[in-house]
Amino acid sequence: MISAEEQIAASRHLATKSGQGVQRFLIGLAVVLTAVMIVAPLAYIFRRAFADGVGPYWAAITTPDTLHAIWLTVIVTIVVVPVNVAFGIAVAWVVARFRFPGRGLLMTLVEIPFSISPIIAGICYLLLYGRRGILGPFLQEHNITILFALPGIILVTMFVTAPFVAREVLPLMLAKGSEQEEAAVTLGAKGWQVFRYVTLPGIRWALLYGAVLCSARAVGEFGGVSVVSGRTRGQTNTLPLQVEQLFNDLNTGVAAFAAASTLTVIAIIALFAKALLQARAPHN
Amino acid sequence: MAIEIAGLRKSFARNEVLKGIDLEVRDGELIALLGPSGSGKTTLLRIIAGLDWPDYGKLEVDGTDWLAIAARDRRIGFVFQHYALFPHMTVRKNIAFGLTVRPQKTRPDAAAIAARVDELLQFLQIPHLADRLPGQLSGGQRQRVALGRALAIEPRVLLLDEPFGALDAAVRRDLRAWLRSVHDASGSTTIFVTHDQDEAFELADRVVIMGEGKIEQIGTADQIHDHPASPFVARFMGATIELPVTVTAGRASAPGIDAARLERRAFADGPATLFVRPGDLTPIADPAGLWRVKHVSSTGAVLRPVLSGPGGQEITVEVLRRAADTLTPGQTVLLRVEAGTLFPDTLSGRSGHSQPVPEQKPVPVKETQI
Repeated sequence: MISAEEQIAASRHLATKSGQGVQRFLIGLAVVLTAVMIVAPLAYIFRRAFADGVGPYWAAITTPDTLHAIWLTVIVTIVVVPVNVAFGIAVAWVVARFRFPGRGLLMTLVEIPFSISPIIAGICYLLLYGRRGILGPFLQEHNITILFALPGIILVTMFVTAPFVAREVLPLMLAKGSEQEEAAVTLGAKGWQVFRYVTLPGIRWALLYGAVLCSARAVGEFGGVSVVSGRTRGQTNTLPLQVEQLFNDLNTGVAAFAAASTLTVIAIIALFAKALLQARAPHN
Repeated sequence: MAIEIAGLRKSFARNEVLKGIDLEVRDGELIALLGPSGSGKTTLLRIIAGLDWPDYGKLEVDGTDWLAIAARDRRIGFVFQHYALFPHMTVRKNIAFGLTVRPQKTRPDAAAIAARVDELLQFLQIPHLADRLPGQLSGGQRQRVALGRALAIEPRVLLLDEPFGALDAAVRRDLRAWLRSVHDASGSTTIFVTHDQDEAFELADRVVIMGEGKIEQIGTADQIHDHPASPFVARFMGATIELPVTVTAGRASAPGIDAARLERRAFADGPATLFVRPGDLTPIADPAGLWRVKHVSSTGAVLRPVLSGPGGQEITVEVLRRAADTLTPGQTVLLRVEAGTLFPDTLSGRSGHSQPVPEQKPVPVKETQI
């Protein structure tokens, strides 16, 4: 799919050659496609959610199962994002500052979650930690529950969102080089001081940007989680799973759309945060 | 701080950039590491700083083994070519950095740090820039801040990597004199890297000339100018003309050349190469001369005759127009050598002969297979 921005850019280019007609047509096409494909479905979610007014909407959201799903999603995000921020910084630091055998392989491995379907990731975890999986007997012996519970959901979400921070921070660290850090070292700074006072301020906007993308993905993750969560209402349903189940219940009334609307609001907030950070970053 | 370096070697992957460096720097001395890019001078500086580590060799400062000390404990001031200022900190915070990161026991209190920074800002003549960010400064101002940041920790050794490399000519000259005064006032031992001869000779007590990972010569401007230690130094110092000669009883001679003004050298008889600067050859009109004037260009003060020699060699010399004989194309001349340096061909490798001046380098032709 071509984004609206690209279409507009392309139309500008064409305008220099073939006049205003083409330009107007392409702009019109972009607007119509954006409206039909993006704005209309989102608007429809809210329309359905508020079809019976604010009262039923609020009641649908505050049912125990949906509230639990929201709570679970928040917990997963709160755990996953900091871990992936730490992971992203570590990978970016290692790859940007050191030369070692397997460096290229590491850079490729970090991107793997992007190219693997989340469902496959979920199945991998199932095969690894499941009752008949490789680690299954060991886990049972020690009474450790991973699958169909919070740990499994967190692990899969972590896997799926792993690349977001690293791929924002790494190019910046490569471009900046290590001279500032070396300067700090010659001035007597210890390792953590170099990181705290020199490295971190240099990458903070890229880091936040990566964290926002990571959060948005963690909240919205469906495929992988649906495999490992067990999908028990009020226990292991995250918000996207809850939305799907409500919808499959043929509960075409308010409940599914109300739950979906909360996801949409989170996504829109993330989008604004992203735009804001993008605007800040170049001034740094 | 006296620095003693011996047998220093360093390779990156399979590329040996330092091939055995021996160097002694006296306490309080100002040393220039001069050489073309790729000669290993920056690597040597980074090893002294502790930012790189040698594969072999010794680095001692006042008798202490510095290879056993981490960079942050060496108390050196390092100034990077591109300054490497911290872009999110003001000038004041940049300069204070080395003091504020000290452990509590040795850290001066906030007032003392502020006083030290103020003193440095005055000394660097930039007190009005204290609250600016590096992004708001010119190149020369950034360089002053970088130096101030390095000086704040009262370094025992000051190291500068191409300190003026990124500045325009006028600012360079300005900062050159200023750096000398900074060095004299701080009393530190200073080593700086440059590829600019003027800069090296004007500023340094002694100049270390490096080429391809080795030290070619150490000396003052006059010593290196008059007595280059190797063909590399001779070429680097501007002796771009290389004439094939024969040494007999310590005297050089060649057809068409009068080398009687050269000192006698204690060389074995045999072929040698004479390295001469374009201004140290005088063409003298001589009907029997073996050099022929091909073409003469003039800058007003200086004439630049292009001469072709008996071996087909072509050289461009420089003579003061006021003092020169009239030179016309087609005329034959005798070449008198006023000054130059001889190296026996066992040392220089006669490779110099086939390509006496850079312009005449053979163009490599790519063979295409069909």
